[in-house]
Amino acid sequence: MPKHTLIAYVEDVPGVLNRVASLFRRRNFNIDSLTVGRTEQAGVSRLTVVVDATDAGARIVEANLYKLVNVLRVDDLTHKPALNRELGLVKVKVTAATRSQVLEFVDMFRARVVDVDEESLVIEVTGTPEKIGKFEMVLRPYGILELVRTGSVSMARGHDKLSANPPLVRAEVAASAADDHSHAGVSMSV
Amino acid sequence: MKLTGAEIIWECLIREGVDVVFGYPGGAILPTYDAMTKYPQIHHVLTRHEQGATHMADGYARASGKVGVAIATSGPGATNMVTGIATAMMDSSPIVCITGQVGSRALGTDAFQETDVTGVTLPVTKHNYLVTKTADIARVIREAFYIAKSGRPGPVLVDITKDAQQLTAEFDWEAAAPKLPGYRPNLRALPTEYERALELINSAKRPVILAGQGIKLSGATAQVLELADTARIPIAVTLLGLGVVPASSPFNLGMMGMHGEAWVNQAIQQADLLIALGMRFDDRVTGNLKTYAPHAKKIHVEIDPSEVNKNVHVDVPLIGDLREVLEELLPKVRTSDRGEWWAKIAEMKGDSAVRDIQALPDNGHLYAAHVINDLWRATKDRDTIVVTDVGQHQMWEAQYYRHEKPRSLITSGGLGTMGFALPAAIGAKFACPEKDVWVVVGDGGFQMTSCELATAEQEGIKVNVAIINNAFLGMVRQWQEFFYEKRYAATPMTGPDFVKLAEAYRLNGLRCDKRAEVNSTVKAVLADKRTTVVDFVVEQEDAVFPMVPAGADLDAMIRRPKREILAESGADKEWQMPNGESAAVSELTLTGGPSKAASVPAAKRKPAPSLKKKSAETSKKSSRPVVAKATKAGKRR
Repeated sequence: MPKHTLIAYVEDVPGVLNRVASLFRRRNFNIDSLTVGRTEQAGVSRLTVVVDATDAGARIVEANLYKLVNVLRVDDLTHKPALNRELGLVKVKVTAATRSQVLEFVDMFRARVVDVDEESLVIEVTGTPEKIGKFEMVLRPYGILELVRTGSVSMARGHDKLSANPPLVRAEVAASAADDHSHAGVSMSV
Repeated sequence: MKLTGAEIIWECLIREGVDVVFGYPGGAILPTYDAMTKYPQIHHVLTRHEQGATHMADGYARASGKVGVAIATSGPGATNMVTGIATAMMDSSPIVCITGQVGSRALGTDAFQETDVTGVTLPVTKHNYLVTKTADIARVIREAFYIAKSGRPGPVLVDITKDAQQLTAEFDWEAAAPKLPGYRPNLRALPTEYERALELINSAKRPVILAGQGIKLSGATAQVLELADTARIPIAVTLLGLGVVPASSPFNLGMMGMHGEAWVNQAIQQADLLIALGMRFDDRVTGNLKTYAPHAKKIHVEIDPSEVNKNVHVDVPLIGDLREVLEELLPKVRTSDRGEWWAKIAEMKGDSAVRDIQALPDNGHLYAAHVINDLWRATKDRDTIVVTDVGQHQMWEAQYYRHEKPRSLITSGGLGTMGFALPAAIGAKFACPEKDVWVVVGDGGFQMTSCELATAEQEGIKVNVAIINNAFLGMVRQWQEFFYEKRYAATPMTGPDFVKLAEAYRLNGLRCDKRAEVNSTVKAVLADKRTTVVDFVVEQEDAVFPMVPAGADLDAMIRRPKREILAESGADKEWQMPNGESAAVSELTLTGGPSKAASVPAAKRKPAPSLKKKSAETSKKSSRPVVAKATKAGKRR
């Protein structure tokens, strides 16, 4: 299943994250990652959702997100030039013999050591989700004690500012699905 | 002006134009009930169950087009509302539910009668609120009403803590205007889409309009009829769309879908263009999606963008209010006579066994379709609202009662909620006290909410209840008959003596088991001032025909079983083509369909397991399923 990156501006009110997550659960879409944070506007939070979906499925998600009263704007960045970044913290086992090898990888990946112990290092790494996956892969032979990733945050490239209150109305949200029938033909309930 | 939260609630309801609320008191909503005594201009209906309150609010909303209001206490009071809220959600019915919540300091402590009601109702409301501050109440209630009735309507729940009801705050209606930056209920179609739609409509050879209840919700009946008339396009209607265009309109073919007439589904399957108006391609109207209307381009006029391309791939979506969209389109729709297409439809119509039960002479047995058809004849000249429950009787009502006006049929379509009819009818009666309100209900669904008879009695209102009593959960039994080799697991059902039950509530009760008596019974019902319950004792193993089995192709219908008796009856000669010519229905063929179940000789059928005492009686004149007729005054009475 291909992955789609959707961003949503939402009102910063209690329960809004639950509403968004509940929508995905209810429609049976699998969330790959979901991050929330503040924006430059007071009272407005921004979500980045990576979801397993076809193009048609993503369009349904987008339309459903718009139905939530607290959702201000939704955009699908999947097919747009965009920056996707994630932060990972990795606690990896080291010995006197392997420490320098690990530090070499830290250098290569432009990561940073943020904690040093006799038998381990904690390394901070940012980049695309693929890069963090790669970093995990090369450290795995040394023994990863703990690993945590934040999930993706995304932003379109270029100068244009994405307003949380767009003048446009996404009436075309579900249009132009053209030859993508992948969401149609779902099994029937009886 | 400083008011308590409870007073603010009532002040807001009055300003929203509410004149009746349906509810049930309890500890956490008591401040609001206490304040109610100061506001006599709002009538409170005490229901017998909170589910009843939500269905009443729903019935009120569907009959009037206004927002219905239900009130309950926290915890069990609120959770009892969930079924009614889900029903309103599925059928886009605007209701506002106000529930009490434990005090804000007790929130999250598992206090007595505490439930996370906003959490529980999140998936079944259009939006919901938890209010812990008195100062927020007015704005939230204004927002709730605005959200409930605008765009695609739906239920909104407002959960208010007890202390927020008790404490005081400044009440300023103007300052409490809705603040909903993310809510854009009335989207508009793009101009390019209008052009594409017009191209398709003007060039189509075999178009069909699919008419849903969105037509009713946007008040677009005249525009739809104008479109049909201008372009000579036949109209097929959904269950909730019944009445949005008159049944008597020559353009109205009738109901589509699982229990629609065969020619309607055939027309859809052969169409080269479907113009879907305010309907959502539910699985009950499409049958197998892979083979649904394979030759047709699809135009979908819909206010909710998430419905577009959800089930069926659409060529041209027109997002917006239906009436506005049609008003934009109509001036540019070309006139056309589409004579070939109408001739084809007349031919398909001639092939179908049409409304045959109506034409059946009285053979002494009472069929549900008789009851519905005779009820229609007896009430059609009166201003009547029919409220149905869910099951076989609902489909018979849809097939045999001919609805001429929007909002003359109220039924639970999307959720299929048994127990809906009686309370919804009480709500409808409050919305339209001048109209006759009939409840058509099965013996199963009636027993789910029959306690609301007490509400009707206490309020002194008159609703007329026609129980279609076959001592079965009839629709489930029909599925068992067709698809589970007649293993009638848990579908034979006893009930109380419904006449005595009505009398126990100090209401009027009647029984009718002969077709010849239906008319006089209806007259007797109308003559009585009280709510009247009629126990129509009908054939037990009658089935709803035709039928598309779930998941089958839309035109692969189980037809009505062969009924020789109809050969000379020439059923349904009333239908005429829109040009005034009589359709060719004289050579009515009444061949049985592909169903094995339908052609099983009646004599081979077994009586229901728990009804062994009753003798199997069959009619030689008819191969209709006539089994296990209660001939003795057994358990059924």
